Amino acid sequence: MKSTLEGARRPRGEGPLRLALPRGALFDGALDTLDAAGIDTAGPRGDSRALIFKTPELTLVTMRPSDVPTYVEAGSADVGITGKDVLLEQRDRAVYELLDLGFGACRMVLAGRRGDTSLGESERRLGAMRIATKYPRTAERYFESTGRQAEVIEVKGSVELAPLVGLADGIIDLVDTGRTLAENDLEVREEIAQCTARLVANRIAHKLRAAEVDSLAERLRAATSR
Amino acid sequence: MTHPIPPGTRDVLPDEMRELRRLQSALAETFATRGYGEVATPTIEYYEVLARGDIGGGEQREARGRSPHGAPVAYRFFDERGELLAMRSDMTIPIARLVSSRFADAELPLRFFYIGTAYRAVRPQRGQMREFMQVGVELIGAEAPDGTAEVVEVLVAALDAAGLSRAVVGLGDADLYRQLLAEIGVDDEARTSILDRLATHDLVGLEGEIAALGEIGDAERETLLRLPNMRGGEEILAQAHELGGAAVERATSRLTATYEACAARGVAERVQLDLGLLRDLGYYTGAILEVYDPALGHVLGGGGRYDELMGRFGAPLPAAGFGLYLERMHIAQAEEERIGGGS
Repeated sequence: MKSTLEGARRPRGEGPLRLALPRGALFDGALDTLDAAGIDTAGPRGDSRALIFKTPELTLVTMRPSDVPTYVEAGSADVGITGKDVLLEQRDRAVYELLDLGFGACRMVLAGRRGDTSLGESERRLGAMRIATKYPRTAERYFESTGRQAEVIEVKGSVELAPLVGLADGIIDLVDTGRTLAENDLEVREEIAQCTARLVANRIAHKLRAAEVDSLAERLRAATSR
Repeated sequence: MTHPIPPGTRDVLPDEMRELRRLQSALAETFATRGYGEVATPTIEYYEVLARGDIGGGEQREARGRSPHGAPVAYRFFDERGELLAMRSDMTIPIARLVSSRFADAELPLRFFYIGTAYRAVRPQRGQMREFMQVGVELIGAEAPDGTAEVVEVLVAALDAAGLSRAVVGLGDADLYRQLLAEIGVDDEARTSILDRLATHDLVGLEGEIAALGEIGDAERETLLRLPNMRGGEEILAQAHELGGAAVERATSRLTATYEACAARGVAERVQLDLGLLRDLGYYTGAILEVYDPALGHVLGGGGRYDELMGRFGAPLPAAGFGLYLERMHIAQAEEERIGGGS
């Protein structure tokens, strides 16, 4: 029986490497990097709503950036591209982090309302800050590692809202230009990490398909250092 | 009416049980025909006994503030007399205890195998099990390299008996990177964070840590950067030799000896040499093993030498062994049958 998704249903360990490609903010940068490495990206660049695109050397599987570690850890993708912010948040995913691809640079920051003292005030008087974030585990680890207590409140949508309406004293979020922060009267108080796009690999693929994984990593390394 | 069971545990129903039993008896027979005798130990032990065996490993993990990748954190509780007990998180430490108490004057080497449940206090939210079956062997009183090669041979036979003839055994050296860092003169703090990067497979972070090391030579920097990615066949040994350095030389000669002993037993083609291998348990010394099957995205099991573990129980003896996750083997087996069956 022939399936139209033949490339995706093949047994593991055979055929071209499967690369998990992040849709969203990192999508264009990832495609540009693949182009620079000489990999055909016409498929995902088109307006097809397909999720899987086959090139002679790679099968490209598109997904949300935060799903990339899930697919790669399970071996459903051999390699993948995702943000360091995602990897920090999902730190217990057992994947190889092979290469800093350089694009998609952002900062993970702690921000509070401009001129507002409630962050320090809460810590001093109440013993803990209330922090809203989409990155609860990154936030908890950050406060733990800096010896402070915080009540971490997980939100899914616009984090900037939380301090404006009093849900939290501050936020931990990923900041690109800082415009969204500024427009919501927020300012960066502490920088937690620099985040760029990373190449990750499944642990088994890294061993059993070593030559292919290494050669892809080398090509992408050359493409990003240009 | 449905009554819940704790996450990370499960019921086994007849169809699966039948297949698991078949797998178990194939493995048991493989071990028995090679002179390994089956042992069982209690599910609960004194915590002090388990902790004695895992010195180093537990500390390393605690320093990281977490338990990466299923590293054993034991369930602990007090019994009615106030004794601190723990559920065993692997079988190697209980067997080390058993050997030192019951086989102190026995003729060596001792060959044991086991099939049993073990328990780890993981957050069971992503398919990680709190209770799982482990099967493996311990060879006690047989030195490297031949003892290691015997363990690899038994491991390969077990994989074949399970129908996993495409599975590969990764062979590395637990001391290589640590000794190399010590030799180059990297201080304790930097060494810990470099080893942590390696243990968590963060090669980008590793590169950053190495770049931040001040006073080391270019050749040494190159060696530290290249080793974690060196994996493959016999050619790896020559490549490592070219990198030079006494620690690399020592590890390479150990690995060469083990690899040659594996070749003498006809299993070298199933072995992938891997200089970037690092295992999380505190008792490994010298050779370490990991098992991969192309049908499964996760590691099937692992093992290695633990020449110092028996000494912690007062019976200093060289030892080696491996443990396989039975449920994962079963999944890989089903997957291999699906591919190979080709209907």
